[in-house]
Amino acid sequence: MIVSEAAADNLSEVNKETDIPAVEVSDLTVAYHDKPVLWDIDLTVPNGVLMAIVGPNGAGKTTLIKAILGLIRPVAGQVLIYGRPCGEQRRLIAYVPQRGSVDWDFPTTVLDLVMMGTYGSLGWFRRPGKAERERALRALEKVEMAAFAHRQISQLSGGQQQRVFLARALVQDAQVYFMDEPFQGVDATTERAIIELLRELRSHGRTVLVVHHDLQTVIEYFDWVMLLNVRRIASGPVSEVFTEANLRAAYGARLALIRNGGFTSRSTFQ
Amino acid sequence: MMTLADFFRPENYPLRVVVLGCGALGLVSGALGAFAVLRKQSLLGDAISHAALPGVALAFLLTQTKEPVFLLTGAALASWLGTLLVMVIVRYTRIKYDAALGVMLSVFFGVGLVVLTYIQNHSTKANQAGLRNFLFGQAGTLLLSDVIVIVELAALVLLVLALFWKEFKLLSFDPDYAATLGYPIQLLDVLLTTLLVIAIVTGLQAVGAVLMSALIIAPAAAARQWTDRLGVMVVLAGLFGATAGVAGGLLGDLLSVPPVALPTGPLVVLCVSAIVIFSLLLAPNRGLVWNGLREMARRRQLQLEAILDHLYQLSLQHESLDHGHPFAVVRSMAVGQGNVLRSLKELEARGWARRTGPSMWAITEAGLEEARRRRIVRQQE
Repeated sequence: MIVSEAAADNLSEVNKETDIPAVEVSDLTVAYHDKPVLWDIDLTVPNGVLMAIVGPNGAGKTTLIKAILGLIRPVAGQVLIYGRPCGEQRRLIAYVPQRGSVDWDFPTTVLDLVMMGTYGSLGWFRRPGKAERERALRALEKVEMAAFAHRQISQLSGGQQQRVFLARALVQDAQVYFMDEPFQGVDATTERAIIELLRELRSHGRTVLVVHHDLQTVIEYFDWVMLLNVRRIASGPVSEVFTEANLRAAYGARLALIRNGGFTSRSTFQ
Repeated sequence: MMTLADFFRPENYPLRVVVLGCGALGLVSGALGAFAVLRKQSLLGDAISHAALPGVALAFLLTQTKEPVFLLTGAALASWLGTLLVMVIVRYTRIKYDAALGVMLSVFFGVGLVVLTYIQNHSTKANQAGLRNFLFGQAGTLLLSDVIVIVELAALVLLVLALFWKEFKLLSFDPDYAATLGYPIQLLDVLLTTLLVIAIVTGLQAVGAVLMSALIIAPAAAARQWTDRLGVMVVLAGLFGATAGVAGGLLGDLLSVPPVALPTGPLVVLCVSAIVIFSLLLAPNRGLVWNGLREMARRRQLQLEAILDHLYQLSLQHESLDHGHPFAVVRSMAVGQGNVLRSLKELEARGWARRTGPSMWAITEAGLEEARRRRIVRQQE
């Protein structure tokens, strides 16, 4: 079980408030200097879906997640998490950044890193104690990394780093998870383990947004999808939205249809 | 030569004051430096210390006193202004962080030198104020009042560091994640940088603006060699900094022959460099010497295996293990695989090879066994 009893109650309360979407983005525009990176994005993510955000390189996928989380200040637009601004809903949010965004030579252990997931609920000045240790260890078991608890993080492989990052987010016991390229550069075993975890989260009514690169696995892994290329091309259930026409609109000439009926982007072979 | 008993004689009271001051400023610089290095802000320390110089000079010009409180406040304000300017430049122009640091460092330092020269030419109090000491440091000029300020600031910095330990660790490792947990990372960043500014400013008089950054960066770099834990690293860096500070201060006192006073800064740098070199070479795990030895042992092992395998191959061509092979043949098979004779002798010592005549070699029964086993292992790998 990922989900604690308390959190399950918490969740049902959220659900009781009728059908408030997990994430609601309106008119979001982000620019670096003069160049728009995201243009007038509207997006509604219903509670309890497993959603992929796909689009070509430079489409603004990471920027979108960061803007939703309040890490980047948008030029315009509004973001609501379960009906309220992000800043008021920190305890409902968990973020899994790109693996490469931190220095893995930082002097700390796996367990210590995962315990950082408890810092939000701890608040100022309080140090993590036995209870936080326990929570971190349980999350590590969840990602099959318990044996590595006392390892240096510098000794981990790419897949192991990703699992540890995931464990840190699981510790938060959040309602909505934002994951930036969790499958980037991981081995096949890890990829399967991660997707199993994401499905388990969904089965407990959690919402998961994943920046995703591999168009071929979208249909298999996800039930909701957003196609993005600076503007929102489309978003909705995979069965309705993940069409050739939409993909063509998002990827343009870079899209190649392959025989088995799946889609791939040529850029992934470069 | 001074003994410990001499050190505690009443007439050495000023020296004890100096040692206390240098120790305290080294401790706090080292501890804060650990965070600066981990956050890849080593050069920020350099920029902060150089930027402090005009602050000291202007503070003296305005107040006409050398009260440490005024001079250090001036230094801190100038450092802060410099750091702020770097942030503004990075944010609003296309100039990158390293270039902004470089520009800011030289501009402030240049202004500092100009004002300093002006003071020396126009103020009779200049030599008394000893403002030049802020360039290269003069631990011997530390008075009890200076040291009291240093110790108080050091205690304050370490207290705040302990209080915000968890938050600073998170900020240093993954600031974006910290923000999603609800921590105000800009504020924490400002706080941690302020502590760094205080640490640097406390060291200005004793170590000097030019070389103060060594006491920030070097102890942390050395400490990183010895540990993989943040807590241990910060404590070690503090201890290394204190050691270098005290050693530099003492050396300055011992080596100075009045009226020529040796500046403390370069001596501190020499001491801390010794610690860094020792750590780089000899720290367990990360030490270059051990890495080199491990590498050599590995290469030796591979050479041995290769020679054993050659003997094995040769033995396959003959019925009897007693059939010896000329040394020259083995050597020609093992081009580029080290000293062949040495490897053969080593194999002989292990009982895996033997001599069948002068310069004739053959594999033994045990060697055959070993060669087969290693072939299987290699296949599995």
